[in-house]
Order: sequence, then structure tokens, then C-alpha cells
Amino acid sequence: MNADPKHNEQTISVAQVRQIAALCRIGLTDEEAEQLRGEMAGLLDEVSVLQEIDTTGVEPTGHAVEEVRSVMRDDEPRPPMEREETLANAPRREGAFFRVQAVMDES
Amino acid sequence: MADLHYLTAAEMSRALARREISAVELAEAHLERIAEIDPGLGAYLAATPDAARAQAAEADRRIARGEAEPLTGAPMQLKDNLSTKGVPTTCASRMLEGYVPPYDATAAVRLAQAGAVLLGKGNMDEFAMGSSSETSAFKVVRNPWDASRAPGGSSGGPAAAVAAGLAAYALGSDTGGSIRQPAALCGVVGLKPTYGLVSRYGLIAFASSLDQIGPLARSVEDAALALNAIAGHDPLDSTSIPSPTPDYTAGIAGGVRGLRIGVVPEYLGEGIAPAVAESVKAAVGVLESLGASVEEVSLPASRAALAVYYVIAPSECSANLARYDGVKYGYSDQSADGMWAALDATRRNGFGPEVRRRILMGAYALSAGYYDAYYKKAQQARTLIRREFQEAFRRVDVLALPTAPTTAFEIGGIADPVVMHANDVCTIPANIAGIPGISVPCGFADGLPVGLQLLGPHLSEAALLRAAYAYEQASEWRDRHPIL
Repeated sequence: MNADPKHNEQTISVAQVRQIAALCRIGLTDEEAEQLRGEMAGLLDEVSVLQEIDTTGVEPTGHAVEEVRSVMRDDEPRPPMEREETLANAPRREGAFFRVQAVMDES
Repeated sequence: MADLHYLTAAEMSRALARREISAVELAEAHLERIAEIDPGLGAYLAATPDAARAQAAEADRRIARGEAEPLTGAPMQLKDNLSTKGVPTTCASRMLEGYVPPYDATAAVRLAQAGAVLLGKGNMDEFAMGSSSETSAFKVVRNPWDASRAPGGSSGGPAAAVAAGLAAYALGSDTGGSIRQPAALCGVVGLKPTYGLVSRYGLIAFASSLDQIGPLARSVEDAALALNAIAGHDPLDSTSIPSPTPDYTAGIAGGVRGLRIGVVPEYLGEGIAPAVAESVKAAVGVLESLGASVEEVSLPASRAALAVYYVIAPSECSANLARYDGVKYGYSDQSADGMWAALDATRRNGFGPEVRRRILMGAYALSAGYYDAYYKKAQQARTLIRREFQEAFRRVDVLALPTAPTTAFEIGGIADPVVMHANDVCTIPANIAGIPGISVPCGFADGLPVGLQLLGPHLSEAALLRAAYAYEQASEWRDRHPIL
């Protein structure tokens, strides 16, 4: 399972780590991005054994228990959570609203 | 009454019924012990003395009315990823520090209805991601058998609390072994039910196709009692199984005569500590002497389960943890100017390194160009593993293997995440296949506990509990407790 490090070097680049982190909205320092590149290369190497498995024509399994199926319920209105309960954990609020920073640039 | 805190929940129940002790006295004794011992152990993120006293008083009134159920008055712990209304629930993460859920998890509600007494919330790996409980953002958990060692994880707090007599039993969650592996490393019983048997409403999600709630206890009977209370359909969880559930204690003493046990050679050789393999083989020998038949059952496809897991679990985690944006609840870093910068800072500082790494790995595996090679491929391999178990259970009723490849390891001793992952090599296949598994203490190696793991087909909990009970009753391990 231990592929040679050169293989790992090619698996994922710092630029890819930065791109994924940007998509996930997780800020990274240069040092962290470099460290993560090495760790993620190791993890990708760990899961590379999957590529050796012949899965031709095999259906994917989402979850493994047949008794579990997506279900629909009747669309009946139920009392919602109280407003104060909903807002009780808000880091920043203003009256009955969650307060956020400006979404649009003001230019 | 000697060693009150090491009574099983069933024994507490009998003592309560005979009025030898009150639920309030039981709760106070446990709260005292937590205050005395837990500072050196770290099994609790927070004790809940007010809730415990109120619930204990209510339990005593219920007992006086003659309306007690088996768990009424027994004090317990809930892992801190189970939502508790009005009681902080943090997942051992800065991201949820101070978060107070506005509702209860269904499993917590059902235990409360059964008369349970909540002692507090259990420490864990952050967002249940880890195998050692070291990724908790607040403090490490120490193994009650050796304070320099980890209790396993992610339910390290629940396992340590139950082993140390800081709770009669606990509820944990198991995504890749997070109930069974710490149970084994701390010398207690841990049960992961069939996927969908226990409602996950109010369980803070990690990997939704794998997560399942289950009990940790000092006896197999207590695990069955806790499962009785929490199992069954819940309209609030669309993935909960709609069929009725049996009384899991009913046939528990029925023995193993005629039970067909498969031992799995893949989990008794390379990568498994010889002393662990020996303990497990000896335990299977005990079951054989009690009337079970034993044959070898090979599970070659299951060896890919670890890789399948480390694609599927991070992928689902990256989706589930996208909700933490610092707006509606939880940690929020608004020091940077602008919405996007605030979001980057919130998620960078709110999540610890293990959680950040898993989110990134998952997003990578799901991203365009890699989806087929990783996520779809893992789901196809999952089908092969599921089928392999189905085939195995045509030949045998249960499979026997170690719960963990080694005994408890040193805190700080494993730095490489890939090496840490190997701790779950024996437990992950059950999550991939959705099947139930139980870990029961089967001996000691160098003074540290070893767990025997039994796996069965979907909804075979009663059979697993019966086999585990037969072994437990024939062995003496449950009379041993750590010296604290």
C-alpha cells in the first residue's frame, strides 16, 4: 500500500489544495496549504487501492440497508419553531433578523 | 452497598425497586465521583447536575407510584453530538462552543421517557472524526486502565465514563467504529445497531449513510435495555426503519447451542497484534464449548472497506459541515471585512485540523473530474462488500473478529492520519454494509482490555446480544474494573 513518495508528489498540488479550500470556504495560510498537500497526498494514496478493484457493471450502493427507503409524508402544516428559539443561538442579530455582513459590494 | 458506581443498570434497577437506595442518592453518588475523578480523566465535557437531580427526583416519584421501567433512575451520559434541549451540545468543537440546541435528539427523548437520569455530555473526537478522542477541541480523554493511553474514539468520553463508573451506561455514535473501538479499548460493551434501527433525529450529522447511535454499557444486558429504549421507527428521521422492534432482553439468556460462528482469517493475521488475536480465538473457543459451531469464513473484499470509508465518510462530511457559516448559530469570526472573508475565517478557526482535512478530502473526492474515480468507485466497492457479507451470512449466523487491531495506544503516539485510520480496520466493514456489531470484553493483554467483535446480518441485534451474553456469563472479565 505504501507507494513511493514521488507518486504522492504528483497526486495533488498546492494550487489544487488552495482551490478546494476556496470552494469549501476554509481560509488557509501558505504553511497550512503546504502541509495539507502532503497529508492529502498520503490519504489519496491510502484510498488508491480502490482503483485495483474490478467494478465493471457493479451498481453503486448509497446506503446498505434495504429496509431504509426515502419516504414522503403528507404535506400538513405544523407549528414552526418559536422565533426567539430560532434566533437564540445567533452570533449576531438585529431585532427579528440574523445579522450578516454585506452580501453585495457597495460599488 | 459496596461499589455503587460499578453496579450495572439492571442491578441499580433492582436496588431501586427494593428501596435499598433512591435515584437521587444514585445521582448524587455519581456526581460526586465525576467531580472527584473526571478532572484526571476528561470523559465529560460538561456535567449536568441540575438536570440529573430533577430527573432523579422524578424517577423516585415514578418508582414510588410503581411505574418504573428497567432504566428508571439509572444515571447515564450522552455523547456530545446528541442534541439536548437547553443543555450545551458542542461536538467537542470550537464551532459549536456555547451552542444550546432548541430541541432534543429522539434517542435522548426516549431515554428520558424511560426514566433515565442525565449526568452530562461526553467528550469525543471533534465532530466524531477520529479514533483516539485526541481531536477534541477542549481536552483529551484518558483511558481509565492507563492514563497515558487513549480511550479510543470517537466515543472516548462515553467509553471512559462507563469503564470508570462515572455513568451506568452511555449513548455514543458509530460511523466507522466509534462505539465499538473505544468500548474495546476501555473494556466495556459497545453496540452499533443496524443502520436505521435507531432514529438519528438530533444526532449532529457526520456521514449520513454510515452514522448510527448505540449504547455503551458494563454488561450485555444493559446494552439490550438501552437498545430497547431507543430502537424503533421515528417519523422525524426519514431513514429510520419502519418495522416494529422486539424486546432485546427477552431471549438474551437463550445460549449459543447450534449457533454457527464464522471466524475471519483476514482479521486474525497481519496487522493484528498477536495477543489480541489470541484473546479473540480463545473467546471463540469458549463459545464453541458452549455449543456453537465454528468455521472459517474469508472476507477478502472487506479489506477494501477502509479505503471505501475514507472516500465516502469525508465526502458526506464535506456536505454535512457546509452548514457551519457563523450566521445562524455557532462560532462566528467577523473580524475580517466582507462576507466571504468572514466565512473563510469562521470555518478556518472554528474547525480543528482533522475536520478541515476531512472536509477538503471530501470536496476533492466529489469534485468534477474525480467523482467517478473516487466517490462512485467507492460506492461500487461498497456493493461488493455488502454482497460478500450477504454470502457469508448464508453460511454462518455471526462473524467473530477482533474489535480493534491493538490494545489502547499512547496519547500522542500516532501522528500520521493513515496510521490512525488502521485502528478502525476491523470495525469499518460493518458500517459500510449497514450491519450491526457488538464488542464485548474478552480479556487483557499487558493489563489492557481486548474486545471480541460479533457481526450479524441486518436486524440481527437479538442474536448478537444473545451470543455476547453467553460469552460474558461464561467469562469473568466484567468483574474487573480499573484502579482509579
